[in-house]
Amino acid sequence: MRFDLTLIQPWINEGARVLDLGCGDGTLLATLAEQKNVSGIGLEIDPANITLALAKGVNVIEHDLNVGLGNFRDNSFDMVVMTLALQTLRFPHLVIDEMLRVGRECIVTFPNFGHWRSRWYLGQRGKMPVSKFLPYTWYDTPNIHFCTVKDFEALCTDKNIRILNSAVIGADNNQNAIADRFPNLLGVTAVYHISK
Amino acid sequence: MTPEQNDSVGIVVPQTLHFDQPLTLACGRALPKHDIVYETYGSLNADKSNGILICHALSGHHHAAGIHHADDRKPGWWDSCIGPGKPIDTNVFFVLSINNIGGCNGSTGPTAINPDTGKPWGPDFPPLRCRDWVESQYLMMQHFGISQWAAIIGGSLGGMQAMRWALEYPDAMRHCIVIASAMKLSAQNIAFNEIARRAITSDPNFFEGRYLEHNTLPRQGLALARMVGHITYLSEDGMKQKFGRELKTGNLNLGSGSDSDVEFEVESYLRYQGEAFSGSFDANTYLLMTKALDYYDLAREYNDDPVQAFSHAKCAFMVISFTTDWRFAPARSREIVDALVAANKSVSYAQIEADHGHDAFLIPIPRYMDVFHAYMKRLKQELGHAL
Repeated sequence: MRFDLTLIQPWINEGARVLDLGCGDGTLLATLAEQKNVSGIGLEIDPANITLALAKGVNVIEHDLNVGLGNFRDNSFDMVVMTLALQTLRFPHLVIDEMLRVGRECIVTFPNFGHWRSRWYLGQRGKMPVSKFLPYTWYDTPNIHFCTVKDFEALCTDKNIRILNSAVIGADNNQNAIADRFPNLLGVTAVYHISK
Repeated sequence: MTPEQNDSVGIVVPQTLHFDQPLTLACGRALPKHDIVYETYGSLNADKSNGILICHALSGHHHAAGIHHADDRKPGWWDSCIGPGKPIDTNVFFVLSINNIGGCNGSTGPTAINPDTGKPWGPDFPPLRCRDWVESQYLMMQHFGISQWAAIIGGSLGGMQAMRWALEYPDAMRHCIVIASAMKLSAQNIAFNEIARRAITSDPNFFEGRYLEHNTLPRQGLALARMVGHITYLSEDGMKQKFGRELKTGNLNLGSGSDSDVEFEVESYLRYQGEAFSGSFDANTYLLMTKALDYYDLAREYNDDPVQAFSHAKCAFMVISFTTDWRFAPARSREIVDALVAANKSVSYAQIEADHGHDAFLIPIPRYMDVFHAYMKRLKQELGHAL
């Protein structure tokens, strides 16, 4: 399983009701259902992923996150999770507002554009970074709203969002002490546990 | 289609079950006795846990899959989804498909003889509600000794029955699969139904519904009703692709003489559909079914709150809609899904890209089949089937 998905599991309570935005093939919800008796619903737009999630026994609703979460009631979930989808949204800040309205707590993970490789790539080559992890060119990328660890924390400050936990995953696809000290420079993926 | 074809249930023989005890109806009246015509596919397992009930739509009937004789070219109306290896896999499940009461394919309805008069019921057949079908289906369930369906599945009006089941008999089903359906009709839906009914009742051969006593049929009116209905089953794009502005006869060139021989393909198609239907369906049944549709309102007795209504359900739900369905548009399905989420129920939803309008639920569109198969996999797993 992707390491950000492993990392967030301790933050999700036994038996919680979880909404997973952009649930992909349902791996996270299937694991949570098995290990923590979580009742989850995934939102997904990709037909192939929807079929995979259904076949895993995961409840999935075909839903475009860009239309918001107006279909869901206030505080109707214990936890709203969105892993590696923030950067694909048209209005990421509005979706975060909506996540905090629908869920009592939220978990957001995103690729950190402040990582030294991105900085180096742009600084040295003067071109938008392309990597194995983010292989798209600027004109065909689904990732239209990149941000850094610092940017995300500034948004949380602006919106009075509480950061309950945070972590970064380094280039070795693991948590390490050095990356934790310099998250915006050494974190490839940032992981935030937030609430109102 | 041949019986040897390995994804067909093959030749099936419709059965009839006679019920002698009165069936009390939502209108307060009772059917003193009634017959149900049905077909079954697959076999019931030892603990009777693999039963699936199929609920049919407005003009549907018991013949959902397979063929009736070796030369039968027309398989059942949902043969695309029911059979060995198909989404409703008859290698695994026991499938019951019945003709609802009020119907005209053998179950007791307006064409049956009213025991009090010795004449056909005709317009005197009691008005029905969706819940009456659920009650009569429940009697069938008892007959087969099934205490819980693996699933109740229906498209359109069939989906409405499946949802009503989930509220009336929450312990009697594990899954509810609702396809191209809605929690109630829109004003536009009712308007189209009313045109259809007026077409029937204004036919000079209608005789206030007593056409059988006059040895005639309001075929013209019923054909018109079906033509109107058919337009609402198709999408604009679907019609454009299927017919465009192609001419069946005549030509539109200026100076070609008369217009009277000009016939567009779409006109010919609708006329054919109307005529075929008017020879095989009963007008009183059509009136009765459209009324039951119009009056259906899932949440009416739950303070008009679908969340409160669904809070009574215990099964898991799968909801499927089709992009070009404007009769029961995807938004209607999404209302069902949203209410189920708010009621904290297990629910999945797929919106299938399709050009076929409302009729898409009958067509084996690849993504529709993928989604249906994937969901049915969990039913198989619950039965302990190796996959």
